[in-house]
Amino acid sequence: MAGKPLVSIVSAGLSKFGRREGTMCRELFAEATKESFDRCSNLDPIKDIEALFVGHMGESYEHQGHTGPTLADWTGLLPKPAIRIESACASSGSALRTGIMAILSGLHKIVMVGGVEKMTHRTTAEVTEYLAMASDMPFEQWNGITFPGLYALMATAHMNKYGTTEEQMAQVAIKNHHNGTLNPKAHMQKEITLEKAMNSKVVAWPLKLYDCSLITDGASCLILTRPNIAKKYTDTPVDIIGSGQASDTIGLYERETLTSLKAAKIAGQNAYNMAGLKPKDVNVAEVHDCFTIAELLAYEDLGFCSSGEGGKMIQQGTTELGGKLPVNTSGGLKSKGHPVGATGTAQAYEIYLQLTNQAQNRQVEGATIGLTHNVGGSGATASVHIYRRN
Amino acid sequence: MSDEQQFTISTFYNFVNEKRLMAAKCSACGNVILPPKPMCTQCLSTDLNWIELECSGKLVSYTVIHVAPEQFQSLAPYIVGIVEFKNGLRLPGMINDVHFEDVKIGMDLKLCFGTSTSSQWPSWSRYFFRPV
Ligand SMILES: CC(C)(COP(=O)(O)OP(=O)(O)OC[C@H]1O[C@@H](n2cnc3c(N)ncnc32)[C@H](O)[C@@H]1OP(=O)(O)O)[C@@H](O)C(=O)NCCC(=O)NCCS
Ligand SMILES: [Zn+2]
Repeated sequence: MAGKPLVSIVSAGLSKFGRREGTMCRELFAEATKESFDRCSNLDPIKDIEALFVGHMGESYEHQGHTGPTLADWTGLLPKPAIRIESACASSGSALRTGIMAILSGLHKIVMVGGVEKMTHRTTAEVTEYLAMASDMPFEQWNGITFPGLYALMATAHMNKYGTTEEQMAQVAIKNHHNGTLNPKAHMQKEITLEKAMNSKVVAWPLKLYDCSLITDGASCLILTRPNIAKKYTDTPVDIIGSGQASDTIGLYERETLTSLKAAKIAGQNAYNMAGLKPKDVNVAEVHDCFTIAELLAYEDLGFCSSGEGGKMIQQGTTELGGKLPVNTSGGLKSKGHPVGATGTAQAYEIYLQLTNQAQNRQVEGATIGLTHNVGGSGATASVHIYRRN
Repeated sequence: MSDEQQFTISTFYNFVNEKRLMAAKCSACGNVILPPKPMCTQCLSTDLNWIELECSGKLVSYTVIHVAPEQFQSLAPYIVGIVEFKNGLRLPGMINDVHFEDVKIGMDLKLCFGTSTSSQWPSWSRYFFRPV
């Protein structure tokens, strides 16, 4: 039955995003979980939470694998099963979907899903190399192609095919930096101008510094329950009513088109079908703006506008706060920051705040339907979820 | 089984070392697979043969990498692109011997062969692109 709640979110937590010197993943994750525990006084985490599914991309950063039990240990969740899920930058979108499956299977009634990454203690060259591990090794990495490089290849193709401009991409950064100033947990609280964005240093032409998401430390989590018990734990649960996930070739070069992410289209379609909703029903969305071009692709792949019209959509202001469909009210990966493994459930955290009227001065009035779009690598994984205020 | 009968990336690069651009062709459905995979991803047959491709292609998209991983920092900034060969198959690679201003989508490029540079894994030979 379309629109039936799959699970309910009864609480959520987010660490402060930024340069978190002197911390490790486990400590950041504890910070996020503590907020989620404090928000939900009717829940006894030690007794009630039955399992942990956590997104984490790379053991290179901290030379630490086996993330699941490590995080369970630091958050009082031992001896519950604790499983790490890796899908590059979509790791915690995938963890969320895994948590939904765990509840729908009947195996668990209450689970925690989340994600974490600690990146800023490494040099930019090291981070660039670790991130590139999510691309095809024998042809992409082998030829020196970086993550910004992959999205730059998409941007060049989109500019060539549709006439999308560098200014339109910069508009995405300006909007998301503005939203970030309204989010005390964002990595950056700094307005930027078109001039500043256009004159920033080139990272992978046509992408410049202000087209790129931030290298960030942070953690996020959600507590999910069966829908029929959610009201025991909170008066304001948020239901997840659609979940779509799809895969594509690991190599960007193997795809028929560079101007759309097929996995994101399929994931979006599946999520809409499950929810019984259409793109026009969405009131607020968090999309994977790892690079500014990626947000324009997201508008098109999710059906917020037609193919090639992403550039126009940002110029028209539709996706600004106060527009018809505000996108990345949190500041997005651009300004809130992109601790890769934490991003998927951090997007869900923002939607949770929006649908429970807790987003303060960035609140989208009357929002009832939210959407998250989390992409791994250059689009080999895409995970889309749809949320409804209960 | 000789190396050549294995449809692996390692065999692909052994051919690159012999200055040949090779792909796998499925005998069952005719699908041409680049990079080679041990099984046809369209019909799941393992009845494959190597075929040699022409090295000429057209540029599909490109970028100039300024912020590079450690290993490539001495080359930055460098141009990389995705090139499509005659039968629609594509490979990514560096584009050498050209000024950035002269690079255009649709331009003719030729795949050229370098040599193996490393004694550590992976000791694959290099290929790159160059204007015709
Ligand atoms: C863009 C990037 C290369 C910049 O790194 P860098 O060149 O080392 O920049 P630095 O850390 O030296 O920072 C220089 C300044 O720019 C700021 N800055 C860094 N990255 C920024 C970004 N992405 N956007 C805006 N400002 C940024 C820094 O805060 C610093 O400001 P300050 O001088 O006022 O302190 C890096 O942020 C990056 O690689 N981002 C993409 C991450 C990525 O690929 N994620 C995965 C996506 S799938
Ligand atoms: Zn076949």
